[in-house]
Amino acid sequence: MGTGTGIGRVRGFGSAHAGTHHWWRQRLTAGSNLLLLTWLVASLIRLPITNYRALVLWLSSPWASVPLILAIVSLFYHLRLGLQVVIEDYQHDFSRVVALVLLNFYAIGGAALAIYAVLRVAFAGALH
Amino acid sequence: MARNPGRPLSPHLTVWKWGPHMLVSILHRATGVALSLAAAMLLVWWLVALSGGEASYARFIDLMTADRSGRLNFIPFLVLAGLTWAFFQHLCSGVRHLLLDTGAGYELRTNKQGALATMAVSVALTIIVWASLLMRAF
Repeated sequence: MGTGTGIGRVRGFGSAHAGTHHWWRQRLTAGSNLLLLTWLVASLIRLPITNYRALVLWLSSPWASVPLILAIVSLFYHLRLGLQVVIEDYQHDFSRVVALVLLNFYAIGGAALAIYAVLRVAFAGALH
Repeated sequence: MARNPGRPLSPHLTVWKWGPHMLVSILHRATGVALSLAAAMLLVWWLVALSGGEASYARFIDLMTADRSGRLNFIPFLVLAGLTWAFFQHLCSGVRHLLLDTGAGYELRTNKQGALATMAVSVALTIIVWASLLMRAF
């Protein structure tokens, strides 16, 4: 085991055991996206989308708000994994680290904001 | 890094004749990026507008559909229709990827037909969705 070059320092340690994990989570969230986002798109077509009260009534049921929250988690998890691969393909220096940190902020922040909005509608709608 | 221009470059994207499989591959990435940024932000915007109450939601819907005189807002319509297609294209090529992961569909003919099928299905589903939406609106 050397101390000089990058390859010399890691040779002999074996795999980091992170590659398969990323690959598998991407497939897993692809499957959950397929189910949850198909349900969401079908719901958006069936609902009177311009009618505020109809949408509040829809989201006040856990049969709508819970799958919608699951769809948000699955969607943002999947895009976090996918954009990571895109960044790793095209960004090479320190900009890669910056982009990956921004990606995490975006994915977690976006999901949190969306979930908060769903819960606010769901709980306010349930009180009426 | 300094490159000696006298030395040949490794053959890259530009030397290959484009086929459906190459197009679907790059479309999967392009639609994925577009959905990750534009569609995800639009989803958050929609939910935040809804959670802001009736007036806030009415402003969002006016912006996305038509102004007060009833004229269609063309740019939001174009973005929504484009993202609908991107969604179905990414969904179809994603399902194709899951099938390819099992080791199936690598024969030249099957691979090409599968690639063409993702594009045909995504365009068809986009037309069906928007036809049903617009027929109900007018």
